[in-house]
Order: sequence, then structure tokens, then C-alpha cells
Amino acid sequence: MEVEVRLPTVLRQHANGAAVVKVDAANIGEVLSELASKYPGMSGQLLTESGELHKFVNVYLNDDDVRYLDKLDTKLNDGDTISILPAVAGGSD
Amino acid sequence: MAIRYRFFQQWQVAVTDIALQSSKIASSILDLIGNTPIVDISELSPNPKASIFIKLEGQNPGGSIKDRVALSMIETAEREGLLTRGSTLIEPSSGNTGIGMALICRVKGYKLKVVMPPNVSKERRELLEIWGAEIIDSPDGEGSNGAVKLARKIASDHPDWVFLYQYANQANPKAHFENTGPEILRDLPNITHFVAGLGTSGTLIGVGSYLKQEKPEVQIWAVEPPAGEVVDGLRSLDDGYIPPIFIENNGPLLLDRKTVVGPRDSIIWTKKLAEVGIFAGISTGAALSGAIKCANSIDTGVILIISPDAGWKYLSSEIWTLSIDEAVERTKSTIYF
Repeated sequence: MEVEVRLPTVLRQHANGAAVVKVDAANIGEVLSELASKYPGMSGQLLTESGELHKFVNVYLNDDDVRYLDKLDTKLNDGDTISILPAVAGGSD
Repeated sequence: MAIRYRFFQQWQVAVTDIALQSSKIASSILDLIGNTPIVDISELSPNPKASIFIKLEGQNPGGSIKDRVALSMIETAEREGLLTRGSTLIEPSSGNTGIGMALICRVKGYKLKVVMPPNVSKERRELLEIWGAEIIDSPDGEGSNGAVKLARKIASDHPDWVFLYQYANQANPKAHFENTGPEILRDLPNITHFVAGLGTSGTLIGVGSYLKQEKPEVQIWAVEPPAGEVVDGLRSLDDGYIPPIFIENNGPLLLDRKTVVGPRDSIIWTKKLAEVGIFAGISTGAALSGAIKCANSIDTGVILIISPDAGWKYLSSEIWTLSIDEAVERTKSTIYF
């Protein structure tokens, strides 16, 4: 199914400056490999060599961090929005 | 006259009762840190079978939950012999930890330097100054990451300064494991879901570990603010940052759910809280928004959220008087979370 992926500023350079791209995928793992094959510059940034999510990358399915859903196996529905964000120190700490 | 006397007698009985129940004088303002109240706000729940409670950390003397962390870190350092009267401490903080530390340092006689991004709210800077802390501005547009980076550099240039570093200091989650968590279970033994904001992760790790130890079925939900402008300052994803205390304490295994709440929902729920009489900071609105999502996703339950601070420090944001659109716009230029 076709889903919308929102890219952080730091990844847009690899997608010709696009902030939002569309990909066809059934789960989160497919979204990331699809992105890596479409935009080779992203490949090393999203997944580790062993195929796991890079530790500084957070991927959200409609606001929920997929690490606490089914990780890369998290299934998608038509019209879902995926957001990729770097891990940052946050909050009013 | 007889009638007036009768009233007076009634009042006297009432006053005596209150005085006897709560006659407690603190020897120091620091003794008032912790033991914050919990309030039932289930009227805001979209699910009649899911009740929502809020723990008001704004009732701490420095105005936030971070008083607990600051006290725990400073007193641990004292026990370890790292601090002596007149010592200088340096800490990165976009607000509350710095304020809590400033209060404690003023009372205990230490000097404090706080590294913070230039775009934090005016009230935060003023509170730091009231308690004598020196503010060092970190680079504009780099958010908390920039403050952390600069504080680490300054600390390594001044080895005689004490760098407690809340993101990596185990005394941070320990304060919540030893105090906040037990207070919650004491006051709300039937809790099923705990929802709190994710910053250093200290609250979630400390309270979450305690609750899982005592009542493993409790679900731990993390709510995080969107990275926003901070993200634009990153050069690559390798500039990302995960608090060491989150990794060292198995944060990824502890959390059951992590969800992003944006400024719009945070502001909407902060305003709704005011309608039921609770004047809270914007990150409380974010936690409540997470709790609403939680209430919608369960059949029945008892949800507790943490309100990290009250609304006073956010008055200059005018979110309570501006329209939602204007308020959202305002939060883009200033760090209120």
C-alpha cells in the first residue's frame, strides 16, 4: 500500500530536497528498504549492517514509535503516515 | 450575641482539628521537596471506564519535578565528597533542572552555572537569576543537544567544577525509584497505566522500574515532544542523542509505548486542564494528550499522568489568552517544553 513518509531536514538532501515522499510498502521494514533503494544516500543512515534500525533513528507510525509496536514488522494501512526523526535530547530538562 | 458565640465555637473546633492534623514546620525549604498531591481529573476522560489522575509536581518548592532530581544528584555528590561549601557546579538545562539546582545551591552555599539555549522563556531565566545562578547561552538553533554539548566542553575545560550531568546521573532516576514511584503506589494502588513525558528519561525509568517491580502489569507510556527546530540544527543522524540513563537502565525494554504529541494537542489539553481548575505547564498538556489516547485504547483502567510543573513559568507564552493557532505559532520560536 502507498504510505506517506515525512523526512527530517538532515535526510532531505538525499531525496532531492523533498520533505515528504510516497512509497509502496506493507510494513515498516519495507518502507526503509524502499527508501534506501530509491535514495542510496539514505541507506547507511537508516539501518545498520545487520538490518536493524539505526540507534539514533526513530520511526513513527502515526505518532507511535515503531520500536514499541512491532518494530520493523509493524504492519501498515493505506493512508498511514510514517515520520522519521533523529533521536535528540528533549524536554524542559 | 449567643448565635455568634455558637459559630465561634464551631470554628474553634474546626481550627483545632486542622492544626492538629497538619502542624508541621519544615526546618528547611528543601524538606518540602516531594510528597506531591494527586488529583482525580476523570471528568476529562473520553472513556467513562478509564479514570485519569494527575500528580502535581508543580507543588515542589522550586516549582517542578526537577527539584527531586536536583536534590538527589546534589546530595549524592555530597555523600561522595565531590562538593564542599563554595564549590562550582555546571549543568545543561533548558529550565527546570537548572531552577531546582539553583534553589538548592543557594540554600546549601554552592555556585551554579547553567548552560541553556537562548530561546527559553523569560520566566526561566529570571528564576535562575533570583537564586543566583549564572546563565551561559548555548548556540541558537541547536536546542538541548547544543546545551549538552557546550556544557560537556566547559566541564572538561574546568576540571575543578562539578558536572552532575542529569542525562547520565543515576541519582536522577533513583530519586523517582525511591520517592516518586512509592508515593504513586501508596496514593493510587489500583494504577494500571503510567504516562509521563520523555526528556532525560529519569521520571520514566525511575517510576517505571519501581512500578514494574511492585506491580508488573502496569503499562508504562512515554510521551515525547516533537524534535521541532532542534532537528534542523543536526548535521547528520549521527548527531542524535539518547540519554545514557535510558540505555543503562534498559529503557527500551521498560516502555510499553512511546508516542509523539505536538504543540497543538499539548496546548489544547493544557487549556482544558485550566477549565477544571488545574493551571499546568505545557508539557502537562502533552502528557494528558497521551493519557487521552491511552484511555481511548483500553476498555477499563486507572491512568496516572505526571504534571512536571505549573503554568506560572509559561505566562509569557500567553497560551491561555491567545487563540490555539496563535499559541502554536508562539511555541515555535521559544522552548516551552
